[in-house]
Amino acid sequence: MSKRMVQFSIYRYDPDKDDAPYMQDITVELEPTDRKLLDALTRLKAKDETLSYRRSCREGVCGSDAMNINGKNGLACLQDIDDLKQPVVLRPLPGLPVIRDLIVDMTQFFKQYHSIKPYLINNDPAPERERLQSPEDREELNGLYECILCACCSTSCPSFWWNPDKFVGPAGLLAAYRFIADTRDQATNERLDDLEDPYRLFRCHTIMNCVDVCPKGLNPTQAIGKIKDMMVRRAV
Amino acid sequence: MSIPVLKFDAVIVGAGGAGLRSAIQLSEAGLKTAVLSKVFPTRSHTVAAQGGVAASLGNSEEDHWTWHMYDTVKGSDWLGDQDAIEFMCKKANEVVVELEHYGMPFDRTDNGKIYQRPFGGHMSNFGEKPVRRSCAAADRTGHAMLHAMYQRNVKANTQFFVEWMALDLIRDVDGAVIGVTAMEMETGQIVIFHARAVIFATGGAGRIYHSSTNAFINTGDGLGMAARAGIPLEDMEFWQFHPTGVAGAGVLITEGVRGEGGILRNSSKERFMERYAPNAKDLASRDVVARAMATEIKEGRGCGVNKDYVLLDITHLDPATIMKRLPGIREISIQFAGVDPIKEPIPVVPTCHYQMGGIPTNYFGRVVVPQGDSMSVEIPGFYAAGECACASVHGANRLGTNSLLDLLVFGKSAGDSAVADLKSGLAHRDLPKNAADFSLARVDAINNRKGGASVFEARQAIARTMQDHAGVFRFGDMLKKGAAQILEVEKQAKSLEIKDKSQVWNTARIEALETENLIEVAKATMISAEARKESRGAHVRDDAPDTPEFPNGRNDKEWLKHTLFYSADNSIKYKGVNLQPLSVETVALKTRSY
Repeated sequence: MSKRMVQFSIYRYDPDKDDAPYMQDITVELEPTDRKLLDALTRLKAKDETLSYRRSCREGVCGSDAMNINGKNGLACLQDIDDLKQPVVLRPLPGLPVIRDLIVDMTQFFKQYHSIKPYLINNDPAPERERLQSPEDREELNGLYECILCACCSTSCPSFWWNPDKFVGPAGLLAAYRFIADTRDQATNERLDDLEDPYRLFRCHTIMNCVDVCPKGLNPTQAIGKIKDMMVRRAV
Repeated sequence: MSIPVLKFDAVIVGAGGAGLRSAIQLSEAGLKTAVLSKVFPTRSHTVAAQGGVAASLGNSEEDHWTWHMYDTVKGSDWLGDQDAIEFMCKKANEVVVELEHYGMPFDRTDNGKIYQRPFGGHMSNFGEKPVRRSCAAADRTGHAMLHAMYQRNVKANTQFFVEWMALDLIRDVDGAVIGVTAMEMETGQIVIFHARAVIFATGGAGRIYHSSTNAFINTGDGLGMAARAGIPLEDMEFWQFHPTGVAGAGVLITEGVRGEGGILRNSSKERFMERYAPNAKDLASRDVVARAMATEIKEGRGCGVNKDYVLLDITHLDPATIMKRLPGIREISIQFAGVDPIKEPIPVVPTCHYQMGGIPTNYFGRVVVPQGDSMSVEIPGFYAAGECACASVHGANRLGTNSLLDLLVFGKSAGDSAVADLKSGLAHRDLPKNAADFSLARVDAINNRKGGASVFEARQAIARTMQDHAGVFRFGDMLKKGAAQILEVEKQAKSLEIKDKSQVWNTARIEALETENLIEVAKATMISAEARKESRGAHVRDDAPDTPEFPNGRNDKEWLKHTLFYSADNSIKYKGVNLQPLSVETVALKTRSY
């Protein structure tokens, strides 16, 4: 088998030694078994261990290795290396402060997630057995609960870039609707009240970048639309 | 050098299933609790669990916790402690229902109850036929569970220290555990967490093997910390090789696929499990299925150009069932095997998956060690739960879905024990002056060593040594060689050099620290495996073959006992298996067949 060489251009910044960020050009030879971008990054790191990025499950469920790949947000572990145009340009997720190399500070992202009260609210005394839910009602949660909080969506959203402190962003709003849609949750009105705000919900201008980049194939725009519908219906 | 000290009632190390479950107990009891995690909690490896959590809810057919207990004891090849197993199986309904109340999106039956599917080794009526006991959220049960528990902790205002790596246990002169040292990854700052109670929920160390379903973060950090602090590791020779890892990639394909009707086939399309387990077939226990697959491959009936894998076939299932019950598996197969399982079978091989052994605990989640005349004396202030702990409920082989149950039951029980101890006066003990010196010296050595081994090479050496010498089938001479080799690798792994000198998010340094933990686990595994001269559960060796005197190679006369490995002098002690349950009769010793 012929050698597979892949060229990269990678955003590098270590505040401990660099005055400013720069793009590093580097080439790596892949083994035949290397299939995903994360495999290539592992090879790169064996060559230059200062390259810093987050990674864990390497199968697209933990959400650690989100980054900007040739201009589009995605997970390194799910991205086929052979599908990428070279040089492969890697940058940290846009719109969040960079800590080092491909690692961003996700504080603001999680702050927004936490702001929607991301937990089931049901004040009835807990029954001895499970609360019943029909398969149809449970089906409503599909496409919502699978979010892995990788932040690909929120950091591809111009509205989130401009107002990360005020706009909940697609990931947080998807989570908000996940609880609104849950027949076991009793806080729908409070949740809608909390979002009825020019910024928290209504900064979404249906640009739909979130849908385009979600590595799990989820649709935050649709969830946001459903929240807006509920507000309208509630008002009449 | 003065090191900052943070004072808490309790410190929990690890924010996977077990850590989050115990954190709920502590936070809801109003205790000041810190949870340390190398990764944001929902990125912990519990997130990757797929098929379900066991509980005899009986939502689709009759079931009893006593049947579950029987299956678990049998699955453990009688090495599990029957008091802990009874405790777990009896508590299963309670903890699963609680999880539902937290908001976990379980799939549902037509009458609105939690959906349950069959799983390997789970049978009705003491081994008769497969039973639906695995409570599932599609094939994303771990993800749904971890998020639900993180969410519950958000509600309870648990204080998280995200992207902090714990370095070492702090014990006082009496041996009591009084805290940990930890490093903030973003800044490299080392801090002492001074606590009245320390709970370890640090997960497994599947990364000691080359081919593993485990996440990169599964480096046995809690085991390394315990080993360095003089605490023995129990039953480390027992590692589960999951039958169905994607060939090449190692990514997990849940046993739930076989629970939903999937079939394993060899190169002549034969359903070979009928020969190895005529009753349970493809739903036999994991060790049995993994060995059957390895045997098929060894005897030339593997598939592909190199005849080195078998096929997991679900092409006969209704595509609608696959889309509804196994959507994640379909994604994984397309992503990592390049096949759509609706149309083509998935190439699979047995892959390292789960560590049955760990830090010895009792069923209260308290860490217990030999001392004086007793083999099980509690260490004040120290608790452990989940994969890093050994209660022991899994013995020599874990049943699928019992790991999520383990972390719920023992996460809760460790949390409850800590709450009880804290409320009855467990106090802060004085920090020794040199509390952080050991950690500081370790980090300092990694930062400044010249001419040492590279982290990448040391990890490769660990993974290759384990893979080649302590795999699905074990051989006396290979184990001997492996035991000698791992001690050589240990020298390498304890003299690492890093090129990255930054204080900011230094992943090279983190990986070096992880490697010092991995080697503790690898060494314990290899030496314990070499020492155990019988076959039991997942530990099967050629020089302990199946004979009438020792069916399946199991030797209850000499080896019905737990291994306790001490790192300092590589010595082993043994302690008896507890065959006495809490309220029911002993599940009597028997030859294991499915």
